[in-house]
Amino acid sequence: MRRTIEDRIALSLIWGGASLTIIFLVWMLWHILANGLSYVDWTFISANYSVTDKENSGIWPMIVSTIYMVILSIAIAAPIGIMTALFLTEYAKPGSKVVKVIRFCTESLAGIPSIIYGLFGMTFFVVTLGLGFSILSGALTLTILILPVIIRTTEEALIAVPLAYREGSYGLGASKIYTIWRVILPSAMPGIITSVILSTGRVIGESAPVFLTAGMVARIPDSVLDSGRTLTVHLYKLTTELYTVHDWNQAYATATVLIVLVLAINLVTKLIGRRLNKATY
Amino acid sequence: MNKFDVKDLNLYYGENHALKGINLPIPERKVTALIGPSGCGKSTLLRTLNRMNDLIENVKITGNVSLDGNDIYQERNVGGLRMKVGMVFQKPNPFPMSIYENVAYGLRAQGIRDKKVIDEAVENALRGAALWDEVSDRLDGHAFGLSGGQQQRLCIARAIAIQPEVILMDEPTSALDPIATHKIEELMEELRKDYTIVIVTHSMNQAKRISDKTAVFWMGELVEHGETAQIFNSPQDERTKGYVNGDFG
Repeated sequence: MRRTIEDRIALSLIWGGASLTIIFLVWMLWHILANGLSYVDWTFISANYSVTDKENSGIWPMIVSTIYMVILSIAIAAPIGIMTALFLTEYAKPGSKVVKVIRFCTESLAGIPSIIYGLFGMTFFVVTLGLGFSILSGALTLTILILPVIIRTTEEALIAVPLAYREGSYGLGASKIYTIWRVILPSAMPGIITSVILSTGRVIGESAPVFLTAGMVARIPDSVLDSGRTLTVHLYKLTTELYTVHDWNQAYATATVLIVLVLAINLVTKLIGRRLNKATY
Repeated sequence: MNKFDVKDLNLYYGENHALKGINLPIPERKVTALIGPSGCGKSTLLRTLNRMNDLIENVKITGNVSLDGNDIYQERNVGGLRMKVGMVFQKPNPFPMSIYENVAYGLRAQGIRDKKVIDEAVENALRGAALWDEVSDRLDGHAFGLSGGQQQRLCIARAIAIQPEVILMDEPTSALDPIATHKIEELMEELRKDYTIVIVTHSMNQAKRISDKTAVFWMGELVEHGETAQIFNSPQDERTKGYVNGDFG
């Protein structure tokens, strides 16, 4: 009898934990969407931001800045990260000093609070390199921030490539670089794409390191050397300056757009992953 | 005429002395079978012949292995060696790409781009591996859509597409059913006319059926070697007797 009572308690605790997680997620989503969705319309998405004309104010510049930021930081971080992962798995001796040092660095990088990246980016990219508060400074800062994610995930994908493929390729006299290009990278592609999309989520989600390096100018940047305000920074700005009910509504509407964006990215990741898996197996 | 000459070969995996003073001639255009119980070093020896052991950390080799009189461990161009000495593995390991691309892989790796040349080589290799009739209408299909036996013949086609001189086979039928095994053995009857074949096998019957020469291994040592019939009918060494009679192993 005791046993069944213990079982029941354990079971209810497990169920309780699982349900709490789901309840909080649904609650939060519902809360944001309920408060924000009704303010998301075409004008809100496509109009320029205006402090004075709050009726017709929109978030188009922030969407553009966010897209710039994502493309630029991924374009810089992905090649560096993939090459580092290739070095760690294919070239360096497993367990050697170099591998340990690089691993330690990436793990430490992953644990640093993101605002510290912002501080570093501001002093180094903005001031020392003279890039100013710009999309480029922001993207470079975010590059350092997402590198550990890309390296880690790509490394795992590369390690998972069966040894039999490598043996088959080397057995035909193929060179290392040819083997990597034709067999190893394509097999690891689903994992690499996952890492890129995870990083995209991270770039969209960060606020502190972005406004410390890219500034907060709320118009479409002329170039990568111009300042820009991403959606998340915009949300931060709105919530810290809640003067009117309009600001409040705009904040929720921006949050809604962000959530839809992140959900869409998650969905696309899964679809691509499944598609590639089908292609390979 | 000997294709390979293995002389005083020792191989260590770290502390583990895996091959002990091996001396073995491997004749040209004959099938040489390497047999012996698990862990006796037969696969390790096979992998020294195309320097596949180079891929493993902490391997130390002494003595020498020569191919047509040239020590392959002095060779700098390991890729070139492996183009001459092809390999078929225990588990079929086609690449995750189309049937055509699998066979064309070795040619493309050599930098051959001419579509006509590749088309022709792919067809010849698939015919040579007795697979052409089964796949000629779906060359663009994925290699993983083939059965296990077909995949192994695809791997043989992939190996012969680059026209090697030697084919090493590491228990090529151990993952296949009897019918697929029979097909591979039939294929080997054809291949032996053009290639030197070295095959590691667990099956004594297979060694009897297909090989001209047999070498018996025991805990890293080469116990005896010679004509297959002689090894099976009148073995000299007690260990060989026990092994071929199925007393152990």
